[in-house]
Amino acid sequence: MKRWHLIAPLVLFVLLAAFLWRGLRLDPRELPSPLVDKPAPAFSLTRLDDASRTIRRDDMLGKVWMLNVWASWCEACRTEHPTLVGFAKTGTVTIVGLNYKDTRPEGLGWLARFGDPYAMSLFDEKGRVGIDFGVYGVPETFVIDKQGVVRFKLIGPLTPELIATKIQPLLKSLGDA
Amino acid sequence: MIPEIGHFALILALLVAIVQGVMPMLGAARRDATLMSVAVPAARVQFALVALAFGCLAYAFVTSDFSVANVAEHSNSHLPAHYRFAASWGSHEGSLLLWSLMLAGWGCAVTFFSRHLPQTLRARVLAVMGLVAVGFLLFLLATSNPFARLSPVPAEGSDLNPLLQDPGMVVHPPMLYMGYVGFSVAFAFAIAALIGGRLDAAWARWSRPWTTAAWSFLTLGIMLGSLWAYYVLGWGGWWFWDPVENASFMPWLAGTALIHSLAVTEKRGAFKSWTVLLAIVAFSLSLLGTFIVRSGVLSSVHAFATDPKRGLFILAFLVIVIGGSLLLYAWRAPKVGLGARFEMVSRESMLLVNNVLFVVAMLSVLLGTLYPLLLDALGLGKISVGPPYFDTVFLPLMAPVLFLLGIGPLARWKQSELPALAKRLRWAAGVAFAAVLATALLAGRITLGAGFGVLMSAWIVASIATDLAYRLRPIGPAPVSLWTRIQTLPRPLLGMMLAHIGVAAFAFGVSMVRSYEVERDVRMQIGDRTEVAGYVFTLRGLRNVKGPNYDAVQAVVDVRLNGTPVALMHPEKRNYRVQGTALTDAAIDRNLARDLYVSLGEPVDGGAWIVRVYVKPFVDWIWGGCLLMALGGALAASDRRYRAKHPRDAAAPIDDLTATTTGTRPLEAGA
Repeated sequence: MKRWHLIAPLVLFVLLAAFLWRGLRLDPRELPSPLVDKPAPAFSLTRLDDASRTIRRDDMLGKVWMLNVWASWCEACRTEHPTLVGFAKTGTVTIVGLNYKDTRPEGLGWLARFGDPYAMSLFDEKGRVGIDFGVYGVPETFVIDKQGVVRFKLIGPLTPELIATKIQPLLKSLGDA
Repeated sequence: MIPEIGHFALILALLVAIVQGVMPMLGAARRDATLMSVAVPAARVQFALVALAFGCLAYAFVTSDFSVANVAEHSNSHLPAHYRFAASWGSHEGSLLLWSLMLAGWGCAVTFFSRHLPQTLRARVLAVMGLVAVGFLLFLLATSNPFARLSPVPAEGSDLNPLLQDPGMVVHPPMLYMGYVGFSVAFAFAIAALIGGRLDAAWARWSRPWTTAAWSFLTLGIMLGSLWAYYVLGWGGWWFWDPVENASFMPWLAGTALIHSLAVTEKRGAFKSWTVLLAIVAFSLSLLGTFIVRSGVLSSVHAFATDPKRGLFILAFLVIVIGGSLLLYAWRAPKVGLGARFEMVSRESMLLVNNVLFVVAMLSVLLGTLYPLLLDALGLGKISVGPPYFDTVFLPLMAPVLFLLGIGPLARWKQSELPALAKRLRWAAGVAFAAVLATALLAGRITLGAGFGVLMSAWIVASIATDLAYRLRPIGPAPVSLWTRIQTLPRPLLGMMLAHIGVAAFAFGVSMVRSYEVERDVRMQIGDRTEVAGYVFTLRGLRNVKGPNYDAVQAVVDVRLNGTPVALMHPEKRNYRVQGTALTDAAIDRNLARDLYVSLGEPVDGGAWIVRVYVKPFVDWIWGGCLLMALGGALAASDRRYRAKHPRDAAAPIDDLTATTTGTRPLEAGA
């Protein structure tokens, strides 16, 4: 009992080192999410650029769309952004942004600065919808089909390779490409 | 030829470091004075050799010797000379060499300022520093040789990252590293105490100035980094909670806890094993931070994968140094003991709360920083934990720190009485609330954040004023002049007060900017004007400017307040030729009350630009506060009594915090 507090720092460090060691050999990959092949959680959010217009999940039924979670404070989003802007220009799919735990001026300023690939962005100030979608962190991307079912989830930035190898074939198979 | 000399000097430095690490340690164990006496010359020679190696690298950079791979990758002949020099530490290899240079430099400084130390302690301290140096030099030579040659020799280098081409970046890394590496001295003292099993007030007094000096450098380094981010990133932000910043902030938090805990260990002999642990943790975090940043493990796990040798070496080194010292701690700390007891209300208890809060804050920053890494390691993807997490967790932890800062320095050691304390501080509390009221009246509105910030800053300053007035009060029938009384105040006390005033200034600046900053993104054509917080910004013109290694579009923005010209500002959008990177160079008009900040966004159709305009009230107080903290630390560390040779001087506790321990000055009513 008396010795416990002496050993604790060492135990903590060993755990940390084990994680770092794993970090050396593992590569980040998309992970199967409990949400995949389940209906997307219901939501009702206002648009980032217009607080008076509310968008619900069911408004999106009938078309395949992509939900991209972003925030102006997110460095990884800046890495991802050019890819997203480029992809939006191809007009392959409707991309909806979920502006996560942000403020309207910061979010809009960010889009003005780096370009706006989104058909619209939904404003999730407190991150409640993000929680429903199981957002670990930002950025994350979901592909949702005509029936409102989540078909794909990615944690981390989109890359041109991911779009070519995963997203585009999926969109084709969902009949909207 | 010159790079080979540098390489050879590094190899020799490694050999000397091995001698410095092993022989004095053996000597201390065997009480062999001859072996121990190796420590001082070895530390000095090691410094000379690493300095020679560094000089060779700097020479290769300044003369643009592109046959050295490191130079070819991080420099360019069109780069201005001072940036060519600064590019020496712009790469992974170069910055590790700078690290080693600093480490050897601190070791060398220890040899000069530690003549009064017992020989065994000095031998052990230098040996520990030598062993750390072995790790670094081995790492450099085995995986990151800065002197590797290229064949064929490229005609031109691929230039330094434009973000680093800035005066702030020339001084920021050396300052930061001075801080990081400075904690190695405190670390070495702690390890020496654990090995020797002896930790007393004298030990604490010896390690205090080193710790405080390192802490001051770190404070300065972080300040410069923040200042740099403010004007280079073009966002007008001064702290982003990104992993690289956090890596420097964690050792700072641990170091802040350490300098306070050392005070208790010196004055009261308490917190002994805790102090040792903090010294280990502060340096461990410096190591972790350096490697996290240098290995790129956080910005990209793939950077590790490209050179698994480097990653494994880093980890092995961390495990040996940190794991080894924590093991030593678990084994030996009971020998060191816990120390004297104290009451619930006393300066010790307040400093304990301070320590707990700082350590919890440090752990929460560590968690937030490593969380993406942990997820990444578990294959759960790559994410960003941003300001929302840090703001929610960090600010509530700092609030009680600020409040206690107003009380702690006035509380007595061992035991203090709340009613008496409250009575002494009632004026300070009054002043604080009056300040909030005044702010609300002046600004016309007040937010919770601004109210709290002003309340705490005024509280801290008023409490220090109370303390100072008491200490400077005339004593006796024929009091000495005020100036004489000021001169008798001990430097560490003045340093502490200065640093605490810095904290108040910092808190004030942060709360003002967060609450009253006005920002606007506008589309502007030549002749367009926009009004922000009463200032009228007019875009007068746009012109092309040619820099030494970049081309830029420069805007001329005229600022007027009520029709009177205030400033002519020149924000730039630069395009660096070699790497083709665009960079925003914001124009800032500073004064103590506000910054005007204009940065150029993107060009839009019709020759217009997106211009970002900010008015940031009191933002310079943030860095001013940091500067005061660093100066306070420097003042405290400069007290000559810390280096007292005379045993009698060294025996008397240095009265930096209060006179109450001696009991000659009844501080509280009724005492």
